[in-house]
Amino acid sequence: MSNVSVGSASVSSANAAEQETVSGRRRNRFMEFVGRLVRERPLGAFGAAICVVLIFTGVFADVIAPEGYNAISPLDRLKAPSWEHWFGTDQLGRDLFARTVHGAQLSIIVAFAATTLSIIISAVIGIASGYIGGRFDMTVQRFVDGWMCFPDLIILIVAVSVLGPGTGQVILVLGLLFGIAGSRIVRGAVLSVKENTYVHAAQSMGASTLRILLRHILPNVMAPIIVLYTTRLAAVILAESGLSFLGLGIPPPAPSWGGMLSLDGRTYMFQAPWLAIVPGLALTVAVFGINMFGDALRDLLDPRMRGGGGRFIARVRKRAPASQR
Amino acid sequence: MNTDASGQGAASVAGHVADADQPVTGEAPRTLLQVRNLRTIFRHDHGSLTAVDGVSFDVRRGETLAIVGESGSGKSITAMSLLRLIPSPPGEIVDGEVEFDGRDLLELSDEEIRQIRGNEIAMIFQEPMTSLNPVLNIARQIGEPMEIHSRRDRDSIWKRCVDLLRQVRIPDPERRLKAYPHQFSGGMRQRAMIAMGLACEPKLIIADEPTTALDVTVQAQILELLKDLTRDHHSSMILITHDLGVVARYADRINVMYAGRIVERGTSDEIFNHPRHPYTLGLMESVPRLNDSDGTRLRPIPGQPPDLSNLPRGCPFHPRCRFAMDKCREAEPPLEQLSEEHWKACWVDLDDKH
Amino acid sequence: MSGYLLRRLLALLPTLLVASIIVFGVVRLVPGNVLDLMLSENDFASSSHETRAQLEEALGLDKPIYVQYLVWMKNIVLHGDLGDSLWRNTSVLSEIGERLPITLELGLLSLFFALLIAVPVGIYSAVRQETLGDHVGRTFSIVALAVPNFWAGTLVVILPAMWWGWAPPNEIEPFFESPIQNLKVFLVPSLILGASLSAVVMRMMRTMMLEVLRQDYVRTAWAKGLPERTVVMRHAVKNALIPVITLVGILVPILFGGTVIIEQIFRLPGIGQLLLDAVTARDYPIITGVFLVAGVLVMTVNLLVDLCYGLLDPKVRFDRK
Repeated sequence: MSNVSVGSASVSSANAAEQETVSGRRRNRFMEFVGRLVRERPLGAFGAAICVVLIFTGVFADVIAPEGYNAISPLDRLKAPSWEHWFGTDQLGRDLFARTVHGAQLSIIVAFAATTLSIIISAVIGIASGYIGGRFDMTVQRFVDGWMCFPDLIILIVAVSVLGPGTGQVILVLGLLFGIAGSRIVRGAVLSVKENTYVHAAQSMGASTLRILLRHILPNVMAPIIVLYTTRLAAVILAESGLSFLGLGIPPPAPSWGGMLSLDGRTYMFQAPWLAIVPGLALTVAVFGINMFGDALRDLLDPRMRGGGGRFIARVRKRAPASQR
Repeated sequence: MNTDASGQGAASVAGHVADADQPVTGEAPRTLLQVRNLRTIFRHDHGSLTAVDGVSFDVRRGETLAIVGESGSGKSITAMSLLRLIPSPPGEIVDGEVEFDGRDLLELSDEEIRQIRGNEIAMIFQEPMTSLNPVLNIARQIGEPMEIHSRRDRDSIWKRCVDLLRQVRIPDPERRLKAYPHQFSGGMRQRAMIAMGLACEPKLIIADEPTTALDVTVQAQILELLKDLTRDHHSSMILITHDLGVVARYADRINVMYAGRIVERGTSDEIFNHPRHPYTLGLMESVPRLNDSDGTRLRPIPGQPPDLSNLPRGCPFHPRCRFAMDKCREAEPPLEQLSEEHWKACWVDLDDKH
Repeated sequence: MSGYLLRRLLALLPTLLVASIIVFGVVRLVPGNVLDLMLSENDFASSSHETRAQLEEALGLDKPIYVQYLVWMKNIVLHGDLGDSLWRNTSVLSEIGERLPITLELGLLSLFFALLIAVPVGIYSAVRQETLGDHVGRTFSIVALAVPNFWAGTLVVILPAMWWGWAPPNEIEPFFESPIQNLKVFLVPSLILGASLSAVVMRMMRTMMLEVLRQDYVRTAWAKGLPERTVVMRHAVKNALIPVITLVGILVPILFGGTVIIEQIFRLPGIGQLLLDAVTARDYPIITGVFLVAGVLVMTVNLLVDLCYGLLDPKVRFDRK
């Protein structure tokens, strides 16, 4: 018994030491990571820049467009883009630039809230299911199977029809939807990490289950979770805008990009095509940026997929005939 | 051809680009393949590494030539460079001549080299488990070389496939031909690979670690089979292996490779009884032997195979060499001829210290 | 092969059961709503407690939830009865049956276009890495991944109408009577949906081809002296398609979601419109029915995907465990 406690104590002190050096190196490693991103994945760096702009716009929406997203001005109906209204105005005379900027805010609020919720759900289900295993795992997985049979959008539509439209509902439903789907990935990661010798070593030294989960398993599944997080951000933004496009997401006058494109406004779009172009473009650029950043992140964190297949016809590039050397 | 007269003596062309011509005088056995100064590099993000660095050797008609070395010594890359089976990018053959039956394989067009592959030179790979295509049946895969290189019709290809499976001693060939690789054991897959290699009766077979992935009992069978079949067909064989036991029994001559260079060359007898390079000696001392009556103990070579993108100055083996002298750290020894059939690239005279 | 099929079918049963519980559970989360809504819509707002109870009994809502579920399941399994629409006097099944062909045609055509674009371009992109064609393909794929299909659809409806007064046709003729006219209606919507799906497939195809081209058996194929065309088409593509088919299975639910949106944009009276109308009208039997049918449809496609595995992968075909 005394042996066991000595063992686990030495493990934890080793861990603490490790933790300290890690935090000391963190800043350095961040700069190194940015450097690698710019050098090895310029498109990813470009995506990261878009993400930064997006977040900046969202956070400072009230500064950038102080009149807010719902400043109705009947005299300014359907004005074309001009110096005064960069992106033109809509059928209620609201400035489209202001609405787009506030739309960014709405998008990132929904994206971060729903994604965070979904990652928590994924992590809880995935880690529990993968770690506990056995019959519990089987039951949970059958439920996940059943859930995954349904098209995302159908679940969303049905759920919103039950809960009613609204930002909170959309966040809740999106979080649940992606959370359950993502639990598979976390579970897979847990299963592969679980078999590692160091987990067995920790177990044999008497470490508790919770301790193993937090100390050993969680840090090792962080990479897939981070990658999952970024890809989910884009998926959530797309899903929210799709729902709002159908009139089932965030109700007007909230400036959801999808809602701005919805069928209700279609009649005006024929006269004022900027109404159709601007929100869609904003959406596309945002999703593009997140996707590119996410891809780069995955490549840098998980370098297995890099390098190409050659054609197995070696290029022969001789400098000079050997006989002349 | 690069027949340098000075290649006769204890010549020393500067550096490792040693001229390794066989003596051309008298009734020398006719050569089938003549490799001169072959150099293959792999480019990566931050530069390139030289996997094969100026290798020269000959293969005579009907002989089995072994290339021996640790993994990473460049022996497989050498073999694949002959047929230009180097993935490109990142690989590239930057120098050398590979003269086969009067043609320089490195000068041929893609189309011409294709006509040689599988037809005049066949390759048998290391991993029978992954070298067969999982979604195509055995008949198709064995028949394929004939499909492209011969004018046989389907029936005659099928008959030849049956015949080939018999030759490689796979029972019930008609039924086995319709099977898929996953239904075969490792040994059977390697037999199928050999059948595939023999399909067009090649003049040269390159067997790249043909038995490494197999059970010990199966290893001997496969090697016997290869030996018998090359003898029957009067083919030559290049046998690439890290296993000295294999070499001793099946090879006529041996090239020992280290860090992309040939460091010792000789007949099997010479190499086994009088190794003159410390690396060869190290390889032999690190293999356990049953009849260990002379009291030599197992002595593994210290250290790791070298990092090809960051080779030490001088002889690339010196950091691991127990005989290393000052000179070894400064200059790289050329491959020099010791006797009719024995060459080595080393400053140390092993006979003094042995 | 048939044993494999049977195994797959059996494995589907528990999933189906779970799926039905999910459908039932989600829609019945707030059962009171239906009653209140029906009562208010039918001017029973001021009606007595009695009518509410009667209605509850008529709809079977007075029984415990598990009894409701069992009754619901019994009707589906024994009679294929999904109930009736709350507002219209039609059965849910006949409503769905009427709309399903439109959704299926849209979905299948989209899938067809997606594969038609993605597979050849993906192969080319991998075999001729870093060429102009590869870059064009990858750029398309990157952009198409970011463009939401409802935006692309909206632009296709709006811009040509503004510029040339062109509007996509939407008079659906029965396919077997005038196939050309019928396809004309579906062409633009399915091209948009197909292009957006093809982005993912193309990427996967390229990645898998690159992966496969690195495999030992491809090296063997080169070593035999096969021409590049044979190496790629016979030895690589078949292997690379196996994971791509998995992806197609995963994409089908997304495709289904896409049809809902595209139907709405192009005003095609498919399942999606039925569902959206039912959501607006709170027609819960129809919502439940569409929900269930969507799930079963996806499961069926997954089964088909498994069968395709069998065709491509001899390991699956010959395994008799």
